[in-house]
Amino acid sequence: MRVIELTNVSYGYGDTELLSDVSLHIQPGSFHFLTGPSGSGKTTFLRLCYLDLQATAGQITVFGKQVSEMTRDEVAFTRRRIGVVHQDCQFLDHLPLSQNVTLPLEVADRADEDENLDELLTWVGLADRKSALPQQLSGGERQRAALARAIIMSPDFVIADEPTGNVDWEMSQRLLSLLIELNKMGKTILIATHDLNLIRVAKSQVAARVLRIRDKQLQLAGADL
Amino acid sequence: MDFSRWNLQAVLETRADKVVPPSGYTARLTLFTSAAMAFLAVFALALSLATGRLADHWSSELSRTATVRISAPAGQLAAQTAAALEVLQTTPGVKTARVLAQAEERALLEPWFGTNLPLDTLPIPKLIEVIEDDAGIDANGLRLRLQGEAPGAIFDDHTRWRQPLVNAADRLRILGLVAIVLITTTTAAMITLAANSALAANSRVIRVLRLVGARDVYVARAFVRQFTLRAFVGALVGVVLGGLSMAALPGAGDTAGFLSGMGLQGADWFWLLAIPLLAALVAFAATRAAAFRTLKELT
Repeated sequence: MRVIELTNVSYGYGDTELLSDVSLHIQPGSFHFLTGPSGSGKTTFLRLCYLDLQATAGQITVFGKQVSEMTRDEVAFTRRRIGVVHQDCQFLDHLPLSQNVTLPLEVADRADEDENLDELLTWVGLADRKSALPQQLSGGERQRAALARAIIMSPDFVIADEPTGNVDWEMSQRLLSLLIELNKMGKTILIATHDLNLIRVAKSQVAARVLRIRDKQLQLAGADL
Repeated sequence: MDFSRWNLQAVLETRADKVVPPSGYTARLTLFTSAAMAFLAVFALALSLATGRLADHWSSELSRTATVRISAPAGQLAAQTAAALEVLQTTPGVKTARVLAQAEERALLEPWFGTNLPLDTLPIPKLIEVIEDDAGIDANGLRLRLQGEAPGAIFDDHTRWRQPLVNAADRLRILGLVAIVLITTTTAAMITLAANSALAANSRVIRVLRLVGARDVYVARAFVRQFTLRAFVGALVGVVLGGLSMAALPGAGDTAGFLSGMGLQGADWFWLLAIPLLAALVAFAATRAAAFRTLKELT
């Protein structure tokens, strides 16, 4: 079963169209990059993938279920299978890092399944920052915490929106290696980035496909990168 | 009372409730509104219960009593009183009939004329107190018989002044119930406003929760529990203060006549326990409705 399938999908508001007639399917265990100039619609595309936006035309199917036919509860259950690293991390500022990371477990009434939290935080290098509030974390720490939250439910599909946007090159590579490691565990990865160097580094380690949004259309890029 | 220092809520909050940051403004508003409304509800409830009791008392007790008043020249007064008494004793429906003693008549007049009233020198009519049995008296028939045997005797079955009092008490009881309904709906409205404010202030929190897979019922539950708890605690405080105020009201004593019996008596006090539960129920319903309405507007 395909993780996600978009068929002739368009999205816009008012008279403005951001994406036009986009078609794509993503197989389980694959690794995709999504690139394109700033404002080209990368975040919009990702939001369609994690059901934060409804397509204005076309059809989106996630884990075999058509999004337009999902109830609100089904949307919630589907989101639990998708881990998202948001560009702005989207933390709850009044909760410490540990509770932000375990939030997906909490809302799924699986709060007692957080026995791997310490191991997870060690994996992302934040074991000693459990009690810190989000505003006390650096940009890199926030991105790693967001990654930890995205994968704590062991989702089938991980989406990352510019995960290296606010960090230095060393931290970018570290985050990338974490995502590649996840892919090697069988997770499907989709990363939006405008950092071509990062894509080159990734392609040397994993069989990644590169998608590009240009003129509201989705194209397959590759050899030129 | 400084509600911001109230820690019971923090103690009772579950882990799930803590995903919604505490909001001092809406918390204090809900606590204060619930406390104030519960305080008023205590008085509305007391009014309703007391007037209900009075109406029952007036309609059941006083309807069983009547008075025969004999006004006659001094030389005929005793004879007409005896004749009237004889008529009463042979009238079906009369349980007892007795002439009021001079001391009792004096006691009735004391509130208006003071003590040491020289009743002997005043043309005071004689009064016969009549108690009816369950069958009741044929008032018109009795009047006709009294007219024949004791022309100065007038039969008064209290209907003339009892019925307006019963009507007034019934209307006061309805007024008390209307006040309780108004207090309840006002509480619901205030809590809805506070909940809407909290939901709007936490729209980002709600969005994050939805993005990580929270169902609407989870998000709503976090708000509903907070507001239900606040309403319950606030109403409990209001009921305690209202109850203390009721207890501190001056007692009616023996001299207050028909006004005695106002306030809460005996088992009435247990009704106060219903107020915090009602407040919690109202808060639960109002917040739940507001939360689901807001959530449906989100993606």
